[in-house]
Amino acid sequence: MTAYLNGFGAYLPERVVANAELAERVGKTSEWIESVSGIQERRWARPEETVANMGVAAAEDCLRRAGIGANTLGMLIVSSGSGSRGFPGPAAEVAARLGLDSTPAIDLPIASAGSLFGLALAMGLAETQGDILVVAAEKMSALIENDPNTAILFGDGAGAGLVSARPGRWRMLDAVLHTDGQSREALAFDGTGSLKMNGLTVILQAARKIPSSITEVLARQNISAQQVTAFLLHQANLNLVTRVAKSLEVAPEKMFTNVQRYGNTSSASMLIAASEWAETNPGPGPIVFSAFGAGFHWGAIVADSTA
Amino acid sequence: MPDSSRSQRLRKLVQEIAGKPAPEDDQESLFESGLLDSFALPDLVSAIEKEFSVKVPDSDLNPRKFDSIARMDAYLADHISK
Repeated sequence: MTAYLNGFGAYLPERVVANAELAERVGKTSEWIESVSGIQERRWARPEETVANMGVAAAEDCLRRAGIGANTLGMLIVSSGSGSRGFPGPAAEVAARLGLDSTPAIDLPIASAGSLFGLALAMGLAETQGDILVVAAEKMSALIENDPNTAILFGDGAGAGLVSARPGRWRMLDAVLHTDGQSREALAFDGTGSLKMNGLTVILQAARKIPSSITEVLARQNISAQQVTAFLLHQANLNLVTRVAKSLEVAPEKMFTNVQRYGNTSSASMLIAASEWAETNPGPGPIVFSAFGAGFHWGAIVADSTA
Repeated sequence: MPDSSRSQRLRKLVQEIAGKPAPEDDQESLFESGLLDSFALPDLVSAIEKEFSVKVPDSDLNPRKFDSIARMDAYLADHISK
């Protein structure tokens, strides 16, 4: 099983929603919002902007950066926990709008860890399917109301990553995925109203499961956390990312973060972060992806630069 | 069974993590009172594991088990004796 990461892409809506705009709505201050989340602002989509719209924009950005056309794709995987209807999920619309009329397109409606699961599945399928585009798009602003525990956290956006068997910038070495449904009610959206989150349970579980999955995948590859060049995590909350760095005993600077500017964009966040990180012309060395979210689903992927 | 020595050690851990005195009432919720926030909880569990040489399995990572000095004491009484 040989698979490579050949590029990333992203799309963020234009509208910037600063903490000050939300503070009065949720009965808190801008400073409180930043202190509990690290978030200063987030992007919200326009009413007419959909998960599929944003997914197509991120997909096109990724394909452009990778220098290939959509017609070369062997598979499309679309992750979203905030699609506008039960079925078909956004994968069919994204595929159609990319001009694909027979390429398999799969939905992963598992929210925050969806892009991680998508990359891991693509890693396993690339040898038989060819180029696989993993897209994660979320319109989280449609899933929140005025609960200060959730309304301050979430933003909208989309990310994409191209996985293929052709040699590329990063070779995917290994992946670990886990699910524990015992806490499935701790973070859920029932289709109407706002999402529900037991923050204490989510943080307590995430603070342990993210580092443990990273440690697990690195141990299997005989790589220490200190050898990793960059950690590209689901951007749930800056305080959580900082805590993961502490648990792994690595410098916080190794954790690429943009949650300060985009908030928690659920499954899109890890690929948006990867896209921005890749633009910084990062040096060689192993990189780690990790995410945790509703379900609970969590895991980690390790890749290494080929240059 | 409550253990006054264990309660005192738990009280000290809570105080170290919160940076404020633990409540006098062992039944008082540490989270509803605002003494601890969600990000202090993982630290508290780690500190308990270290202080009492126990491993709290992921299946026991339920905030209710660590919501008060009394509940932590009860959890430890159950697990240390096993």
